[in-house]
Amino acid sequence: MAVFALRRLLSAIPTLLIVTIIVFAMVKLLPGDPARLILGQEATPQALAEVRRSLGLDRPLPQQYLSWLTGAVRLDFGTSLTDNSSVGRLIAQKLPVTLELALFAMLISLLISLPAGIISAVKRNTWVDRALTLLALSGISLPNFFLGILLIYLFSIRLAWIPASGYTSLLENPGRNLLLLLLPAITLGIGSAAVLTRYLRSSLSETLTQDYVRTAHAKGLSVGQVTAKHALKNALIPFLTAFGLQLGGLLGGAVITEQIFSIPGFGRLLVDAVFTRDLPVIQGVVLVSAVAVFLVSFLVDLGYAAVDPRIRYH
Amino acid sequence: MTTTLSKTPPPAKRRLPAPVRRFLGNKLAVIGIVVLAIFAGAALLAPQVAPFDPAQIFFSDLRAVPSAAHPFGADELGRDIFSRVVYGARVSLSAGLISVSLALVFGGGIGLVAGYVGGWLDDLLMRVVDALLALPFLVLAIALAAILGPSLQNTMIAIAIVTAPAFARITRGEVLSQRERDYVQAAQALGAGDGRLIVRHLLPNISGALIVQTSLAIANAILAEASLSFLGLGIQPPAPSWGSMLNAARGYLTDAPWMALFPGLAIFLAVLAFNLIGDGLREALDPRGRVG
Repeated sequence: MAVFALRRLLSAIPTLLIVTIIVFAMVKLLPGDPARLILGQEATPQALAEVRRSLGLDRPLPQQYLSWLTGAVRLDFGTSLTDNSSVGRLIAQKLPVTLELALFAMLISLLISLPAGIISAVKRNTWVDRALTLLALSGISLPNFFLGILLIYLFSIRLAWIPASGYTSLLENPGRNLLLLLLPAITLGIGSAAVLTRYLRSSLSETLTQDYVRTAHAKGLSVGQVTAKHALKNALIPFLTAFGLQLGGLLGGAVITEQIFSIPGFGRLLVDAVFTRDLPVIQGVVLVSAVAVFLVSFLVDLGYAAVDPRIRYH
Repeated sequence: MTTTLSKTPPPAKRRLPAPVRRFLGNKLAVIGIVVLAIFAGAALLAPQVAPFDPAQIFFSDLRAVPSAAHPFGADELGRDIFSRVVYGARVSLSAGLISVSLALVFGGGIGLVAGYVGGWLDDLLMRVVDALLALPFLVLAIALAAILGPSLQNTMIAIAIVTAPAFARITRGEVLSQRERDYVQAAQALGAGDGRLIVRHLLPNISGALIVQTSLAIANAILAEASLSFLGLGIQPPAPSWGSMLNAARGYLTDAPWMALFPGLAIFLAVLAFNLIGDGLREALDPRGRVG
């Protein structure tokens, strides 16, 4: 197992290196001079050259890349161009907020997709299944910014149950934190619930047609017993993979959700950086989100190998 | 429905090909086609359909309630929301179609080369594709749109770049699985060159997977365009875009909720139409996926 984990991690390194090249090159394509961005339009050429040198922008690109990369490996992503704070620290501050939101959203999406997927598969090709399919495709098609606005309109404006925006940290006031995160988490969770329902439906309906399931039926077990004890276990493996892979989508969705509900998270950091053209922050955020996606898919693979004895890695 | 018949052989064989029959038998997919046709009609005939110029300001109608004059109401500048939604269909549909076409050509091309040529080139191309796929779709699209600068054209380029890797992966996988098949070997033995082999034999056999992916990718591209313009990174005002209309509406939710409702519904229905069509195509083209 340890050997497998190590191999899997090593094999990810070339791809991760290419990710870093893409992230670095992407920002280098950005029109505009960071030095001028810091000093403003009236800066003298000497001052500009000075700042460029202090930022290392006068060095050749490969050298700039290497020093950026060695920094990034040590979680040093440089300093923000807007307020000189460390990008690493900014990300460390904002990431937990987004992680909590993402976990909350995943919990909601599980609570919806597990029953919906099971019912859809067991009752496949009936009107229940078709209704759930239409609901799931609607959930996939509903833009989260529209859903967020609908929820705000209903629960914050019409019913006035939950404040429309704001954030309190979990440590400060857990109850209020969860209340304020409820609408954002639903906004974010519905889309992934819809995707997961589709996955579970297709993997469970496939399992339900297998011989061993027919045997279980022949033994006289009820539909519920067969589904719960025999089919579901095997159908859950692809489902869990899909569940893990939702993280990338959740990080993207969080950008929009945090914007609507004014949550000071990772996504807000990206949007703010985009509007102030804060290149080191953009680079850091994009890189960290790619690494997060890698880590989760790595953990999913490990979980896979641990759960399913048929999977052997050499 | 006769338009779908354009490729079928002469009247002696009146029965539609099995996949077409399966697709037309899928009610949800047909609903998708109808909804899409309505949007396409609105986009193509926008000047005829829309009662007003989308940028025309009516100071007497600021945030007017939906009425006979303004069926979807008016926005914070008194512009007719119905006209803006109709013109917005042009932005959304063209963004979806153009960015996905670019992604299909470039991503598909890369996948074709990687799968057909193989070797180190395949390794290299697929590493880059994997790296791009590791970056969350919307995060990368936002970063690219920010780098390229806000405009409709740049939005399409950004979406094309984030959409292309999936096409590359799918095309490569399909090419790899097809090229070992007997019919390809036979064609090769008969002296078919690379070009003929790809165009006459490989492409027709991998087109099913690509057609499904194209439909679903257009749905995602429309969502992405709306997201980018919602954040202010897409097409710039006063051009009507569903995403930026929704963003503007956030400030007036209490007294003018219709400002959010109609553009939001438009995005939802357009995306849903492509998802329904994609889902129907998948079931129609791949009977293995159908169980029970």
